[in-house]
Amino acid sequence: MPKEFKRDRLVQVPGTALLPERDVERSPILECRHLGIDFGGLRALDDLDITIGRTEIAGLIGPNGAGKTTVFNLLTKVYNPTRGSVLLDGMDTAGKTTAQVNQMGIARTFQNIRLFHNQSVIDNVLIGLHNEMSYGMFASILRLPSFWRAERIARGRAMELLSIFGLEVHADELAGSLPYGAQRRLEIVRALATNPALLLLDEPAAGMNPSETVELMENIVKIRDTFQIAILLIEHDMNLVMGICEGIAVLNFGKVIAKGSPEDIRANPAVIEAYLGRKGAAQT
Amino acid sequence: MKLNNTKRKNLLTYAVVTVCYAVFQMLSLGGNLSSTLKGMLVPICAYVVMAISLNLTVGVLGELSLGHAGFMSVGAFMGVTAAISLQNVIVSAPLRLAIALIVGAVFAGIVGFLVGIPVLRLNGDYLAIVTLAFGEIIKSVFNNLYLGLDSRGFRLSLLEDRTNLHEDGRLIIAGPMGIGGIEKIASFTAGFVLILICLAVIFHLVNSRHGRAIMAIRDNRIAAESVGLPVTRYKMMAFVTSAAMAGAAGALFALNYSTVVANKFDFNTSILVLVFVVFGGLGNMLGSIIAAATLTILPEALRGFSNYRMLIYAIVLVLVMLASNNEQLRSMLSRIIPKRKEHTHDA
Repeated sequence: MPKEFKRDRLVQVPGTALLPERDVERSPILECRHLGIDFGGLRALDDLDITIGRTEIAGLIGPNGAGKTTVFNLLTKVYNPTRGSVLLDGMDTAGKTTAQVNQMGIARTFQNIRLFHNQSVIDNVLIGLHNEMSYGMFASILRLPSFWRAERIARGRAMELLSIFGLEVHADELAGSLPYGAQRRLEIVRALATNPALLLLDEPAAGMNPSETVELMENIVKIRDTFQIAILLIEHDMNLVMGICEGIAVLNFGKVIAKGSPEDIRANPAVIEAYLGRKGAAQT
Repeated sequence: MKLNNTKRKNLLTYAVVTVCYAVFQMLSLGGNLSSTLKGMLVPICAYVVMAISLNLTVGVLGELSLGHAGFMSVGAFMGVTAAISLQNVIVSAPLRLAIALIVGAVFAGIVGFLVGIPVLRLNGDYLAIVTLAFGEIIKSVFNNLYLGLDSRGFRLSLLEDRTNLHEDGRLIIAGPMGIGGIEKIASFTAGFVLILICLAVIFHLVNSRHGRAIMAIRDNRIAAESVGLPVTRYKMMAFVTSAAMAGAAGALFALNYSTVVANKFDFNTSILVLVFVVFGGLGNMLGSIIAAATLTILPEALRGFSNYRMLIYAIVLVLVMLASNNEQLRSMLSRIIPKRKEHTHDA
């Protein structure tokens, strides 16, 4: 029997947004308004409106090629949107770079793992902690006390973060030598190290077996509870999505076809059609 | 235990440099060194600094730069100019040398910054081509630069000598004639100290948040941006540091000769330094040092072959490269030297 995770009911707030009950009192962390992008003549994403609460675990699902990763790339400014805006904590991210958006509070993982393979596991996390340290170039060349202090604190913090996923024993190994599942977990740790307010996970359960997936679900909920951050995830594993997500948006051909709680989504005919095709379509 | 390994390797590098310095210094003082080799000690130091500084750009930052001699040139001309202008002000030669090296480094760093603004927006092959062009531009500028010093201060002109110096003045840079009548104040000890300083700067930089950021950008630019690293700033940091070190090396090199001309620092010199780096291993500072020293001495050692000298030099180079990439030879070496395998991890 799959484990039950505590999920809050979605509540309608003024405007069109749905938020988990506990986040209603506070302004949402992320608001996308009419977000869209064209690649040449292809309308890859159109009129995306999503709102995510401060501590919400939200899901973005849809068939392959629906534009899910494009949404992540727009949120993190890998692409610049053709239309619409992204508000992070009420601030517009227009004109910001990927690095600046990260410093504003969005961290992400990648569908195809992008670790720094030739560096040690702890160095990967320390790179994530880069902006948490503040010593300058001369402090590092002259090995001033500020360097040692910041490095010591950062190392402690890195080990703490690694221990969330039980990776602290691998701290000195090369990141590229870790097994696949551990690499995915390390990517999440690295993203968390940047101290985000919103964590984007691109298919975190890809390549994991069912028991690893359950462990991952526990960890995602644990991260949300410990750090009190919002998490938006793309995932094809419906057990994971239905198990931990509070709000779900379904994309198909670059358009949102449904939004709501897992129960609403499961019963939505448009979603079933997008995934399984229309009843009788094969005959005609 | 990667960290300990890196530390051990860094210490080994310092130790090798110090031992080599001690040995050659003793031989030289004891008069057991041929005059050719003695004359090469300072150039070797300069090329070693060139190699480790280029290794910072190519090995650590991961961008191919083909104009490194340009920065050496800036350092050489500016450093020598500083040394000549201060000839009557500062009596102590070592102090004047130190100031010349610093002036060379600062000017090369500034030029590195200016060159870096357009260049670091490019990637891969394009960056290599543009750095090549900048190296040539710097060479042309110094070939056409006239700089004189008289009681009114520095007088500068381009293309032809229009400095109109007073009686008491001295034309320092004379266009294609370069700088002549340099007082040779560079010393082997100064070269050794410069190598140690550059090594310390590189090792300390690499093993800090800045170095980790630079290597992260090299390994995966998209991921580096996603964790909030300002890519251009860190590329610039590595590039400028590398250029400044090349400038110091240039000043040291030039102050070892009585004349210096811009054509000495051409494309061939850039490639020569790049060969040191590739030969010694990307990111491997000790390798760069050994390669730079050996490959600087080799053509001299092969002088006995007269006309076939460069041919044999090339053949030796190709053979060593083939041998060092040979799997069987490598596994044999790692059996003989068990620690070698650990070292290759962080190399």
